[in-house]
Amino acid sequence: MSDLWLHPASALILGALLLPLIPARLKKVWLLAVPIAAFALNTIMPPGVHGQWQFLDWTLTFGRVDRLASVFGHIMSLISIVATLYGLHVKEDAQHIAAWIYAGAALGAVYAGDFLTLFLFWEMMAFSSVFLVWFRRRKESPAAGYRYLLVHMAGGVCLLAGIVLHASTPGSSFAFEAFEVSKMTPASWLVLIGFLVNGAVPPFHAWLPDAYGEGTFNGSIFLCTYTTKTAVYALCRGFAGLDLLVPLGVAMALYGVVYAVLENDSRRLLAYHIISQVGYMVAAVGLGTEMAINGACAHAFANILYKGLLFMGCGAVLHMTGQSKFTELGGLYQKMPWTFLLTLIGGLSISAFPLTAGFVAKSMIVAAGFEAHNLWAAFLLMLASVGTFLHTGLKVPYFIFFGKNHCRPETWERAAEPPWNMMTAMAISAFLCLFVGCYTPYLYDLLPHPVHYHPYTAYHLSETLQMLLFTAVSFFLFLKKLEPEPTISLDLDWPYRKGGRMFLWLAQKPVQFADNCLGEFYRVGGIAGLMGSARLAGWFDGRVIDGVVDGLAEAVRKLGQRLRPVQRGAVQENLTLAFALGAALLIVLWLVW
Amino acid sequence: MKLLRFIEFFRARLRATVGVCLALLALLVVVDAIPGVVDKEHAHTAPEHWPAFWAVFGFIGCAILIILSKAFGHAGIMTREDYYDE
Repeated sequence: MSDLWLHPASALILGALLLPLIPARLKKVWLLAVPIAAFALNTIMPPGVHGQWQFLDWTLTFGRVDRLASVFGHIMSLISIVATLYGLHVKEDAQHIAAWIYAGAALGAVYAGDFLTLFLFWEMMAFSSVFLVWFRRRKESPAAGYRYLLVHMAGGVCLLAGIVLHASTPGSSFAFEAFEVSKMTPASWLVLIGFLVNGAVPPFHAWLPDAYGEGTFNGSIFLCTYTTKTAVYALCRGFAGLDLLVPLGVAMALYGVVYAVLENDSRRLLAYHIISQVGYMVAAVGLGTEMAINGACAHAFANILYKGLLFMGCGAVLHMTGQSKFTELGGLYQKMPWTFLLTLIGGLSISAFPLTAGFVAKSMIVAAGFEAHNLWAAFLLMLASVGTFLHTGLKVPYFIFFGKNHCRPETWERAAEPPWNMMTAMAISAFLCLFVGCYTPYLYDLLPHPVHYHPYTAYHLSETLQMLLFTAVSFFLFLKKLEPEPTISLDLDWPYRKGGRMFLWLAQKPVQFADNCLGEFYRVGGIAGLMGSARLAGWFDGRVIDGVVDGLAEAVRKLGQRLRPVQRGAVQENLTLAFALGAALLIVLWLVW
Repeated sequence: MKLLRFIEFFRARLRATVGVCLALLALLVVVDAIPGVVDKEHAHTAPEHWPAFWAVFGFIGCAILIILSKAFGHAGIMTREDYYDE
């Protein structure tokens, strides 16, 4: 253990706690310095095990630094700089505090070497990130935040139950190592469910579009980065090679695409699209080969960049116009051309166009699928790629910046390019998307296993360009069918949203009615009976008890009065009488025995 | 603002722009079919060797996704915005 080891999360968490004490004129400097310090700490951290702490009988490991953890730590700390820059002009300290604690907790979870530390940071993530939803302060925000917490608490309880069960089996400990995926136990299933909830894997996914579409314009950048990618990391660490994850991941990739086609709110569309993208990573974890795990990490890395960029683009539109629905937007290229261009780079990048991050990252997963001879999975993931370009590369930019202008006059009046800090953050993200795509060693050297994959072959280029460009042809042919509709889509949050209401209805109607009936019955039968019996008891007390007591007292009084004349004060008479009585009593007693 | 003028330039000549794009697409498919240019040795399945396989895959895949998704949505999944309101 190194004496000078400082956890990168400590910079963010300490920085967050000190933020209210920083004078206003230094605030912006502090806001940039803290995440930069976290990134620097992350970069200089040597591999190995650091920060072990003995707590009761357990050894908590705060810094297990290996290649798998480092690649996630690198991108997570890097994006914290960009995301903070994006919201630099937000005056409210509490928003930055929540975001930094959330980011710090994610780094804490990634570097955790044991399950207890992992769980600690896992919960910290849920409790800090919910504020990024609440701070939007719409009338829908509190309920959305509580639903988000509810799901994450349920997932957290599953995880904790699994951890405790796992550690209590002989030969196991709290150390966070790979589970034996060929022999899944109840404990490992519970831990897996805990991870799948955070990874938004169906059927545990509905919290994601619900919360991320509802987050603040800058909070959603943090949201889309940390929770799902931490889950992907945890899956890579714990469940690489679990076959079930392949069909689950592929189904997830297509599920997200279908809902994204239906969605009218741009940020909810992007949120559904996270589900689709995490699906690739989950499938890769299921494949479990070195190439697939590399692909999962590379895709998580790249996804944080371009998904962040897309959320920034749509967040900029929301921040400047107050609208995020396609049916309230359109034609904005005239007012926000640079935002359009940067969002488009994000869209092309996520669709895996050559020279972008997606091309060098996502394709690794599909290639791993083909190499593992999982052909159906690979072809379905290619279909999901078609869907990705369809809605993120085409639908989002087209219906916000082109298409029919649905903007109301006040929306159009407000629309303009966002402030410099938001533009700079988007430009940095766009640059990184292109940089990762053009200079592959930057990403490939960070990956956990050696990379033997070359994305820039003539065949891969031709395949990708044909598929994506003909998707575009199809998009424009079916443009009429894709016209946005002012609807929401029912999803698996229905059971707990409507179910909760049904519970309320049950409480308000049948249970309340039964309670009223019982009250009425009690009032009529119960109270009257009670009053009757009380009256009877009163009468009994007054007449019988009091009668006996009073009668006895009266009798004693009367006897005393009678006896009084007998007593004349002559002592010898009294003594004689007493002795006579005593003698008589003795004789009687003697005769009896 | 130069970027805006750049976009307007293509919008003003939409017909020509679309024509050039379609020509480029056709060129892409033709180039893909020439074995000397695009080496399909690394393709994993037989259909991938067919000319324009991925172009057809993209085009039909996109159409299927749009049609099936919308059919699914209109089968009762898409509903009014105030559905969850009190």
